[in-house]
Amino acid sequence: MKFPDFDYACPKSLDEALGLLRLHGDDAVLLAGGQSLMPLLAFRLAAPGLLVDLKDVPGLGDIGIDGGGVRLGAFVRWCEIDRNAGLAAAHPLLVEAIGHVAHYQIRNRGTVGGSLAYGDPAAEMPGIAVTCDGEIIVMGESGERRVAAADFFLGALTTCLRPGEIITGLHLPPWPAGRRWAFEEFARRRGDFALAGTALYYDLDSQGRATDAHIGVIGAADRPMRLAQAERMINGSTVNADAIAAAAEAASREVDPMEDFHAPTAYRRALVETLVARALTRAAG
Amino acid sequence: MKPRNLLIGSPMERVEDFRFLRGDGRFVADVNLEGQLHAVIARSAVAHGRIRAIHTGDARAMAGVRAVITARDLGRPVPVIPLRLQPLAELAPFRQPMLAHGKVRFVGEPLAVIVADSPQIAEDALDRIGADIEPLPAIVDREHAEAGETVLFEDHGSNVAIRWTAVRGDAGRAFANAQYVRKETFRIQRHAALFLEPRGFVAQWDGRARKLTLWGAAKVAFANRKILAAAMGLAEQQIEMIEVDVGGGFGSRGEFYPEDFLIPFAARLLNRPVKWIEDRREHLMTANHARETECEIEIAATGDGRILGLRGRSWSDNGAYIRTNGSVAPRNVAQFMSGPYHIENIALSTTQLITNKTPAGTYRGPGRFEADFVRERLIDLMAKDLGLDRVEIRRRNLVRENQMPYPLATITPYESATELDGGDYRQLLDRCLEDFGWAEKVKLDGRLIDGRYHGIAIGCFIEGGGAGPSEDARIVLESDGTYSVYVGSAAVGQGIETIMAQIAGDALEAPFDRIRVRHGSTGDVAQGHGSYHSRATVMGGSAIVLAAEKLRDKLREVAARALGCEPGEVTLDSGTAKGPAGKSLALSELSEAPVEAEATYRGDKHTYAYGSLAAHVAVDVKTGHVEVIDVASIKDVGRIINPATLHGQAVGAIVQGLGGALLEHLVYDGDGQLLTGTLADYMVPSAGCFPVIRSTVVELIPSPNNPLGAKGGGEGEIIPVGGVIANAVAAALADFGVEPMELPLSPPRIWALIG
Amino acid sequence: MRIKLKVNGKTVEAEVAPRISLADFLRDTLRLTGTHLGCEHGVCGACTVIVDGAAVRACLMLAVQAHGEQIVTVEGLSNDDALSPLQACFRKHHALQCGFCTPGMITTAHALLTEEPDADADRVREVLSGNICRCTGYIPIIEAVLEARAHYADQDAPP
Repeated sequence: MKFPDFDYACPKSLDEALGLLRLHGDDAVLLAGGQSLMPLLAFRLAAPGLLVDLKDVPGLGDIGIDGGGVRLGAFVRWCEIDRNAGLAAAHPLLVEAIGHVAHYQIRNRGTVGGSLAYGDPAAEMPGIAVTCDGEIIVMGESGERRVAAADFFLGALTTCLRPGEIITGLHLPPWPAGRRWAFEEFARRRGDFALAGTALYYDLDSQGRATDAHIGVIGAADRPMRLAQAERMINGSTVNADAIAAAAEAASREVDPMEDFHAPTAYRRALVETLVARALTRAAG
Repeated sequence: MKPRNLLIGSPMERVEDFRFLRGDGRFVADVNLEGQLHAVIARSAVAHGRIRAIHTGDARAMAGVRAVITARDLGRPVPVIPLRLQPLAELAPFRQPMLAHGKVRFVGEPLAVIVADSPQIAEDALDRIGADIEPLPAIVDREHAEAGETVLFEDHGSNVAIRWTAVRGDAGRAFANAQYVRKETFRIQRHAALFLEPRGFVAQWDGRARKLTLWGAAKVAFANRKILAAAMGLAEQQIEMIEVDVGGGFGSRGEFYPEDFLIPFAARLLNRPVKWIEDRREHLMTANHARETECEIEIAATGDGRILGLRGRSWSDNGAYIRTNGSVAPRNVAQFMSGPYHIENIALSTTQLITNKTPAGTYRGPGRFEADFVRERLIDLMAKDLGLDRVEIRRRNLVRENQMPYPLATITPYESATELDGGDYRQLLDRCLEDFGWAEKVKLDGRLIDGRYHGIAIGCFIEGGGAGPSEDARIVLESDGTYSVYVGSAAVGQGIETIMAQIAGDALEAPFDRIRVRHGSTGDVAQGHGSYHSRATVMGGSAIVLAAEKLRDKLREVAARALGCEPGEVTLDSGTAKGPAGKSLALSELSEAPVEAEATYRGDKHTYAYGSLAAHVAVDVKTGHVEVIDVASIKDVGRIINPATLHGQAVGAIVQGLGGALLEHLVYDGDGQLLTGTLADYMVPSAGCFPVIRSTVVELIPSPNNPLGAKGGGEGEIIPVGGVIANAVAAALADFGVEPMELPLSPPRIWALIG
Repeated sequence: MRIKLKVNGKTVEAEVAPRISLADFLRDTLRLTGTHLGCEHGVCGACTVIVDGAAVRACLMLAVQAHGEQIVTVEGLSNDDALSPLQACFRKHHALQCGFCTPGMITTAHALLTEEPDADADRVREVLSGNICRCTGYIPIIEAVLEARAHYADQDAPP
């Protein structure tokens, strides 16, 4: 399984990278960590004429934490999220979810931007982006645009990125103190893609009732999605066992899991119910 | 004849490890020859179809492509892969051609060989091969295979290759009179050995000397040389097979595959060295698959749990062709269904079916893993039905020491009889209970703790080993005083350089560091039978013992001449020959020329290691996940050469078995497309999966069948794992009435059973 | 393309086609064949090398991406005369059989223990879950790595 023939460019600036995309059009593919792209090339499921490596583009590897939230540069690698001392407090759900991504060696290479661009429906990063009202920052010829993560993923391995655009980062809104949250996923082995997973959080009002519930799922549809019905069951509740059961049940009805040889639809649907219930129980505990 | 025991029995660190740990191993992909070309194989993307044409012109025209070889280039008739074991006439129609012609019968079947200047260019050329194949319906299940509306081999007219029966006693009468009878259907899924180093060859043709050298031999180099010689129209002496380091075998690697012929053929055709290294995708779709079996089996017993009989039918999905292993696995399903138990009446049939999937072959514990799943499940079901203790029921039915040697059911049409060679089966059952902590753990059975249901189970097994007919060894005392030991056994990762040196050291009364073991290559000994059926140590080791004895006789003769005495007066110790009256001579000064002796050990009585294995699982009923909390096993191998390497075999086998019980599955769709074509989809155990495995190997009762007293020990513990884990899951989920009848015990399957 | 990098402490300059993986470059161009290819799609871990201190899969990286980097392979973790402490622990625990996964296990474990000499059993299992071994069942590998921790706790840069 040797890679097909391609050229390689390693631009030193975003402008240079954008210029290469303009020049080569569809024939050019961006290379970040390469942990999804390279297997595709090895199986010859893609055959680009040019790989544009973003590794030397300045600024893409930054992690910013301030009152406005968290900004992850597109080239931030999973291992850097582990190591960043501030992130655990600034966005604990992100850190926990990313802890489930792939294996050690992959974590040393794989990037935020690469995962978002690839758009695997079972991947953690897109799931967090969607669940947490993330905005994906995209640079194109006509300048920067910010796309709500909810609108970014169009289907399995399909995003709204336009030709010539480069993801430069992900913005996650600020994480208030006292927020309740949990992440749960079920994979056959450590590091495997999850059969399904959920990321969720809510805040508590002065009466101890949940507000602003965000319940997202991965591996349960052709893209990561939020579950409005389940969220409705939690908002305004005290997140007791009844509310959790109702929300989990709603979640299982709301998802649209695919069937494949790993698991039938009914199983994934039930798994969503279980994981949402467990995550809510943990969040409430 | 028993060698003195300094090295044998010692957990010696392995001599192989120095090179492996430093990256100095030399595997076939590490072999590079001056001027070598690189081959890739164009393979069928269609499971079943008629070949209209294979267009190779575009590929041939590419820069850097040196040749594209199709079946047409192989001459007529296109050579086929013969059967290595039991070459029965019935199986002959189903042999695989080296390259497909006329029809394709599975996805991955070789259509053409592309040879190019680099592997990259060769792969580029794959896209330029145009295979015009008229699709035919794909046969992917038993029902359609048996119905025979579509047949893979029109000349044969049926998808049934052969039907075996295993008979003992009078099953009809036993069942008619039995107080207890239960019949169930079981399924074992298709999975595979998946050794980690991909297969590969480097072939070199020396046109002037008319000699072929092939690097990458494994397992059965001599047998493969014979096959290759016939296919290439060469004499065996014109071919040298070289065994370099081999990254795992487990039964599958080293069997003769099309590439074993195609790569040498290309090298001769082009008169250039040709290298081919399999990639993982083609490994998954072309290296032997294994295990896919369906069984409808009935058990009969007395009311107090004495098993009276087994009868029923099984079907093995063999895939598209019958390769070298012939009928070994299907036959074993029938022959070993009774395992270590005394079952007087047996009537089993097993049918080998041809389907549009990758050909199946042997994988560690062939047929036995399948049979044990069925039998151990039936025993637990019976215990439940009769209200008897599942341990007691096993103890009551195990073959007793005074019944040894104990004949197993006779297999027909090609009669094959074998008998258990000895052992105290009950003692190991009891020791396993103790090692496992059964008495305490049984209290957890069926209990819900922290959201998971716990269950335990135990099973008993036998492991066939030491297949004949013979093995050769040659030992040379070199002029520097070191010994070179050559043996026909092959290394597949089991550490035989160390083990054989231990055996040789004791037999020669020489220190370990003076012994160098060479193995597997055809230049080393006159004949070799290699490593399968847990035979390498038993057969090769026994041959070394014999050769050492001969060599010592010779040395005494040589020394007697030098010392001026009779050979009988010479004593040998580690480095010197001593004569009468205090005269002595260093062995290194004994002779200008190396002194050597060669011996053949013959024996075709199998050894049967045996033991028990227990497991503790916890099942999450919401996700269907089965966590294996603890496994404990014990096995008697008669005589242990190296307890550390043997323990490694045991633990490794258990974890492979857990893969087969819980994770591994080669899944096909209705069109015969393999869906699990990556290592992300074909799931083998990883380091986080099964953290607690405890395994003990003992030397309780030596095998009477060889001079070492050793029994083959490379497979045993994989055999009971499927049955034991399924029984433990059933025990855990007793409240839900869950009785798994099908492997693997995947989360969706368990979840569905819970309902 | 022309690349310049350090491999096992030595500067290497070479001309390499963009599509050549780092693993193939090490194996075929530099003849450092200790880096093994078991799957070429980033699952088995046999090709693990250390790039700028981090364990990575050399089959998922292009040689041209390694321009300017420091690469350490299993050969670079080996002395001429004796086994390193980590290697000796592997041998002592019989943490290898066929030896094919072994270089990837050594490089991965070395990278881990260099960074986290106090890694516990669960962490070791987690990290090594990206390296497939088909022979040993992993138990002795975990034992070997746990025992090797002591050698990393004491010094700056073993082996």
